[in-house]
Amino acid sequence: MSGVSDFLVNIGLPHYLGLAAVLFTIGMVGIILNRKNIIVILMSVELILLSVNINFVAFSSYLGDLSGQVFSLFVLTVAAAEAAIGLAILVAYFRNRGTIAVEDINMMKG
Amino acid sequence: MTPFSFALAHSLPEAVLAIGALVLLMLGVFRAKDGRDWLISELAIGVLSLAFVLLFFNIQGSAVIWSGSFVDDAFGRFMKALALAGAIGSLVLSVDFMRREGIDLFEFPVLVVLASLGMLMLISARDLIALYLGLELMSLALYVLAAFHRDNARASEAGLKYFALGALSSGMLLYGASLIYGSAGTIQFDGIAKELQGAPSIGAVFGIVFLMAGLSFKMSLVPFHMWTPDVYEGAPTPVTAFFASAAKMAAVAITARVVMTAFPHLVSQWRQIVVFTSILSMAIGAFAAIGQTNIKRLMAYSSIGHMGFAMVGLAAGNEAGAQGVLMYMAIYLIMTLGAFAAILSMRVTGTYVENIGDLAGLAKRNGTMAFFLGAIMLSLAGIPPLAGFWAKWFVFMPAVNAGLYPLAVIGVLLSTVACFYYLRIVKLMYFDEPGLAFDKASPAVTGVLALSSLLIVLFSFWPGPIVSAAAAAAHSLF
Repeated sequence: MSGVSDFLVNIGLPHYLGLAAVLFTIGMVGIILNRKNIIVILMSVELILLSVNINFVAFSSYLGDLSGQVFSLFVLTVAAAEAAIGLAILVAYFRNRGTIAVEDINMMKG
Repeated sequence: MTPFSFALAHSLPEAVLAIGALVLLMLGVFRAKDGRDWLISELAIGVLSLAFVLLFFNIQGSAVIWSGSFVDDAFGRFMKALALAGAIGSLVLSVDFMRREGIDLFEFPVLVVLASLGMLMLISARDLIALYLGLELMSLALYVLAAFHRDNARASEAGLKYFALGALSSGMLLYGASLIYGSAGTIQFDGIAKELQGAPSIGAVFGIVFLMAGLSFKMSLVPFHMWTPDVYEGAPTPVTAFFASAAKMAAVAITARVVMTAFPHLVSQWRQIVVFTSILSMAIGAFAAIGQTNIKRLMAYSSIGHMGFAMVGLAAGNEAGAQGVLMYMAIYLIMTLGAFAAILSMRVTGTYVENIGDLAGLAKRNGTMAFFLGAIMLSLAGIPPLAGFWAKWFVFMPAVNAGLYPLAVIGVLLSTVACFYYLRIVKLMYFDEPGLAFDKASPAVTGVLALSSLLIVLFSFWPGPIVSAAAAAAHSLF
C-alpha cells in the first residue's frame, strides 16, 4: 500500500496527535487574535484543555499505560472548576464596567 | 507500599492546611456576622504557623509517599518554609488594610490558606499529575484573590487578566506535560529522567519548551510577564504581596525540581530556555521599571528582574546553582515582604497612596521608616554589604563556574542599570522636599517592615544558618 493511502486508512497515533495539535493551535490563536469577547477566550481555553486530553488518551492507549487516562480525568475536573471561576470573575467585571469586550480591558496599560 | 501513618507524618503540614481551611470556612459561614472577618484571619495565621512548625518535625531524610507522587525532602521543606512565611507575612499585612478598605470578608484568609496548600503540594510534587493539581489549586485561589475587591473596577480587571493569561499558561503547561508523558511513557519525574537519556526526541524537546513556558508564566519571566504589572497594580496590596512572595517561591521551587530531577540529562536543552528568559527578564526588569510612577508597578518590574537573576543560578544546572537559587529566593522573600509593608504604610489622611512621588522627603517626616525602606531598596539594588548583594553573589558564582560568562556579565551590567530606580527612591526620600505626612501605620505593618529590614542588614553578620540550610536543601535534589 502506498504511503498516502496507508495514512488515510490506518488511523494511528500520529492522527490523534495531529488532531490535538490542530485543536491546540486553534485555541491559542483564538486567545491571541480575539479582539471581541472574553467568552471566546473561555471557549478557547476549553479547546486547549480538550486537545491536551486527546493527547493524553492517545498516548495512554499507545503506551498501554493507564496514568495518561487518569491524568485526563483530572484535567476534565480542573477545567470545570476553572470555567466556574472564570465566569464568576467575568460577572464581577461586567458589573463594574458594563462590558466584556476585550478591547475595553484597558484601565491599566501593561 | 508505605504505611499510612508514615505517609501522613510526612505530609502533616498539608493535612493541617487542608483541614484548617475547611474548618475556617465553616467558622466563617456559621459565625461571621454579615460575612465580615471574625477572627478568621488570626486563626488562619495560626493554622499557617502550625504548618510551618510541623515542617521542622521531619527534619532529616526524605520520603517518597502517596504512590510516588509526593516527596518530602530538605529541598521541599526549605521552599515550603519560605512559601508559608510569605503567606503568614501577607496575612499579617492584610488585616488592617482589608478593614480600612471595607473588604474584610472571611473568605480572604480561607483562600490564602487554600492557595498555600496548593503551593505546598506543588513544591512536593513528584509526578506531572501532582504538579498540575498543585499548580491549579494555587492558581484558582489566586485568580479569586486578585479580583477580591469586587466592587473595584481595577481589581476585577486584574483578576480577569490574570485568569485569562493564567488559563492559557496552564494549557501550555499541560500540552508540554502530555508530550513528555508520550515520549517518556511515565509521569513520574525519576522515571522520566531514566527514559530521557541521550539524544532527546523532538516530542521531548517540545514538551520541555511548553512546560517551561507554563512555569515561566507563573514566575513572571519575560516573555510571559505581560500580566504582572497590571495584576500587581490592580489587586489589593496585601494580595500583591502574596503574589510577589509566596506564589513566586512555589513556582521557582517546582521549576528547579522539574528541571533537576526530571531532566538531569537534558541540561543543554533546558539551559537555553532558562538563559534566554533570564536575560530578557533582567533586561525588562531593569529598563521598563525606570519610567514607572506607581510603586506597585515598579515592584512588579522589580520582581520580573529578580526572577531573571534567580534563573541565572538555575542555568548553572548543578548543586551550587540550586543552592544559589534557594538563597536568592529566601533573601528575595524578606526584601519583598518588607517593601510591601512599606507600601502599606503609605496612607495620607485615611486613603492609601501608591505614587512614588508620595515618598518625597520621607526622611524628614518619618526617619525610621525612611531608614528601613532605604535599606530594603539598597538591598534590592544589590549594594554590599546588604543581603541582596549576597543573593546575587550566590547565583552569579555558580554561573561563572559553569562557564556561563556571557550570562553573568550581562546580568551584572543589567543589575547596575536596575540600581538606578532603587537609588532614585532613596534619593527621593532623603533629598527631596517633603510632601504630605503619612498616617501612623498599624503595629503589624511596622513590625514586618522593621523585622525584614533588620534581617537584611544583619544577614552579612550571621549568614550561617540560612546558607547551610540551603546547601542541605540543594543537596537533596541530586
